[in-house]
Amino acid sequence: MSGVTMTMAQAINTALREAMAADESVVVFGEDVGALGGVFRVTDGLAATFGEQRCFDTPLAESGIVGMAVGMAMNGMRPVVEMQFDAFAYPAFEQITSHVAKMASRTRGRVRLPMVIRIPYAGGIGGVEHHCDSSEAYYAHTPGLTVLVPATGADAHGLLRAAIHSPDPVIFLEPKKHYFTKEEVDVTAPVPPVGRAVVRRAGRDATLIAYGPSVSVALAAAEQAADEGRDLGVVDIRSIVPFDDETVAATVRATGRAVVVAEAPGFASVASEIVARVTERCFHHLEAPVRRVTGFDIPYPPPKLERHHLPGVDRVLATVDELQWDAS
Amino acid sequence: MSTSLAVDGVVQLVDEHGHAADPAVLPPTAELLAGYRAMVLARRLNEQAGALVRQGRLAVYPSSHGQEACQVAAVSVLREDDWLFPTYRDTAAVAARGVDPVEALVLLRGDWHCGYDPTAHRVAPQATPLATQLLHAVGVGHAARLRGEDTVVMALCGDGATSEGDFHEACNFAAVFAAPVVFLVQNNKYAISVPLARQSVAPSLAAKGAGYGMPAVLVDGNDLAALSVTLSDAVRRARDGDGPTLVEADTYRVAAHTNADDPARYRTEDEVARWLPRDPLARLRTYLIAEGVLDDAREAEFAAAADEMAAHVRHGVSAEDVVDPAELFAHVYARPTAQLAEQEALLRAELTEEAAR
Ligand SMILES: Cc1ncc(C[n+]2csc(CCOP(=O)(O)OP(=O)(O)O)c2C)c(N)n1
Ligand SMILES: [Mg+2]
Repeated sequence: MSGVTMTMAQAINTALREAMAADESVVVFGEDVGALGGVFRVTDGLAATFGEQRCFDTPLAESGIVGMAVGMAMNGMRPVVEMQFDAFAYPAFEQITSHVAKMASRTRGRVRLPMVIRIPYAGGIGGVEHHCDSSEAYYAHTPGLTVLVPATGADAHGLLRAAIHSPDPVIFLEPKKHYFTKEEVDVTAPVPPVGRAVVRRAGRDATLIAYGPSVSVALAAAEQAADEGRDLGVVDIRSIVPFDDETVAATVRATGRAVVVAEAPGFASVASEIVARVTERCFHHLEAPVRRVTGFDIPYPPPKLERHHLPGVDRVLATVDELQWDAS
Repeated sequence: MSTSLAVDGVVQLVDEHGHAADPAVLPPTAELLAGYRAMVLARRLNEQAGALVRQGRLAVYPSSHGQEACQVAAVSVLREDDWLFPTYRDTAAVAARGVDPVEALVLLRGDWHCGYDPTAHRVAPQATPLATQLLHAVGVGHAARLRGEDTVVMALCGDGATSEGDFHEACNFAAVFAAPVVFLVQNNKYAISVPLARQSVAPSLAAKGAGYGMPAVLVDGNDLAALSVTLSDAVRRARDGDGPTLVEADTYRVAAHTNADDPARYRTEDEVARWLPRDPLARLRTYLIAEGVLDDAREAEFAAAADEMAAHVRHGVSAEDVVDPAELFAHVYARPTAQLAEQEALLRAELTEEAAR
């Protein structure tokens, strides 16, 4: 493996570069993505390398950005647009839910929209209001959208390449707390398939199911549990839509116990969906109800209070403790 | 309207050398002196907040350095029962309105999303999602009309925000309903890194008023006198039932977008340097000294007031955290749901355990 140490932001930047070099129809646009290189520097140097036509700033309007991307995708381009922060994608909600998601169905598949909407996503960075939302449920609940959430630099690179190749529109959620996390990334690795979860850690006693920013929390919890003599596995969903029932169910059947970890409020959430699917498929193998550790059902807290809201190792392990160990 | 005052389409009363072409049209000197004092405080607040960011006591601070004339004039033309709708960049305007700056900085210190009582001060929470607050401003104004009140609403936004759909909708609604709103666009030439030319190719942002059938004025945004006269006119029109006005203030964001920004990536030092001589404080100071109303004693008095305010801010912002985590659940609904009550109990139990450890 020819690994290079880079941050997740650099891994995404690399994927954009490769895609732009490989295919002239790939264009990158949004707010501050040009000269500035994005507020997280994800698009750093793209305008300089590929020119103003391929990477450019737009007027400040998210609905405009996504709506224009729809039209460009209808006319032979593969737009990769950036929403500056999760909550600033909401002005584009109409375009995303009514048009991006539905165009293929409305036109009986005659018009497909090969476009990617990149969204710096979720919290844990001490951001003030509107900068830390976990908005995956809105998108996952909208048929027609593929929803990808990398947890590692390697997946950020590989899944973005896959997203840009995809004939369907993709919501690409980038956990911003990991933007500057360094990791060895093999950019020559084969592009991972969309729709496959991955087992990050094998474990016999129980399965932690997580995605995006919560995968590192689940791994830390598993590490600590191991010190305490409990063997927890970790499954990284990484593709919320399409969902990999097979991998998830197989893993849970093997352990008989599962906890889903996610930052978003738990009510009517992706975590709820995972619990339902696992329960339906693994009922006769379960030793305890499938549990969730999620954010509270509140607006994202101010920076000084976010630690109370975010699922942490302690809360995950306390929930694991409640998985009816005495009964088995 | 005072559009007759416009030079090359831009209303200016005191030029950058502190010279007034026609002193007769200026606001009373006492008013300008009070405005100057308020700008001294606004600038000090910007500087103090910047220092607190560098010390790690504030998470972030979007400075209005160079835009103090807008910050002060937007507020000085309002009555106590009028409303102000500020953005994240308008902390100095919020403070000029009488909100304790320590309360205003609660957002940026990271304790809560809004630290002051919007209804007590008639200052809406500082808005971060761009242009969204402009529609709320129209609603407050329209409700005032329906309730028979002669309240006026001052709605602030930046040049970048004028590209959002909500800006268009707010202007159109206000014009159609003849809502008592004054839209003050602080055109500081940048939306983070994106220059004005990428937002609009209209001859000016004020030119957009015509499309809504709304009077619009382009004013020197670093000239407190011109801003005061223009905004007073607009407020009077609104109060008299003559509807909204769009005011574009031609100004400049002298500082970075926030402390997290790196302006070297998108603009030159030369460009910034060209704007410095147009500083809003310097020109009014020159004018007031020439008028004989500002002397060293007065300056010292204003500086002392600024020192006192800055000390208060330093002290207040450095105080211990005070927000009880239980507040996270308290305000989501008028009555917490059963689920929230459960979640609050969980957090309380965790905190009790944490404290016992
Ligand atoms: C809906 C929305 N999109 C994006 C952002 C991110 N953002 C914050 S400030 C800013 C630039 C705003 O520029 P302008 O309106 O000119 O105001 P200024 O910051 O110059 O005062 C951007 C893009 C946001 N706050 N809200
Ligand atoms: Mg601006």
